[in-house]
Amino acid sequence: MLHRRRFLLAATTLAAVPLLAHAQSDPRRLALLREITGGPLPAAGRVLVDTPPLADNGHSVPVRIAVDSPMSAADRVQQIVILAERNPRPVVARYALGPLCARAEISTRIRLADIQEVVALARMSDGSWWMGGTRVIVTELACLEDG
Amino acid sequence: MLARIQVPAQARQGEIVTIRIAIQHPMETGYRIDHFGRRIARNVIHTLAVRFGGTEVFSADMGSGVAANPFLQFHVRAQASGEFSFEWVDDSGARGSERATLTVV
Repeated sequence: MLHRRRFLLAATTLAAVPLLAHAQSDPRRLALLREITGGPLPAAGRVLVDTPPLADNGHSVPVRIAVDSPMSAADRVQQIVILAERNPRPVVARYALGPLCARAEISTRIRLADIQEVVALARMSDGSWWMGGTRVIVTELACLEDG
Repeated sequence: MLARIQVPAQARQGEIVTIRIAIQHPMETGYRIDHFGRRIARNVIHTLAVRFGGTEVFSADMGSGVAANPFLQFHVRAQASGEFSFEWVDDSGARGSERATLTVV
């Protein structure tokens, strides 16, 4: 009886470990997210990061960020931030979208120093932050190599 | 600095137009070493601002993670005829600017 209880306890504790790790994420990422938003953690969702799944050159990886937003006068995206946490500088770029911007969408090309998840954050006009990400595999890396 | 800005010359009232910007610039990261072992100083276009008739439409704060010859694309609603201005500055203090006129028909 005792053994069974101990086993059950151990099993549930073990099962909870990856979940917890996922929820708390890594402390460096949390600190970075809080620094960008100025406090709140972004909610997951509404942000699409569109990249080729396999980029053969990390020096120039096309990225399209699209946010689920009507872009009306009352409900719109005000800011988009691109993060590449395994680059020497994790904040790649920040964009401010003014009232004339008609779509919550931008495209650019970025450098990736490693195989990693490219993350984008969006700040809505109600002050809420949302985020999404896509894992990109890079066969030739940028930044740390010469040339 | 050479730049190519694409803005349609004409649009209908309320139409969404696509704006593309490509600027010729090395976007030097600051992590590269030259042939004499010295670090090459960072030099990126850190700020780009787009205005339409004086009001801010779009702006970008960029770092060394943006690829060389930075490219940007976004979408704007054509409401009235006017002029877009594009201005950017790099770490060396070099400035560039372009203008493009949009006519609403």
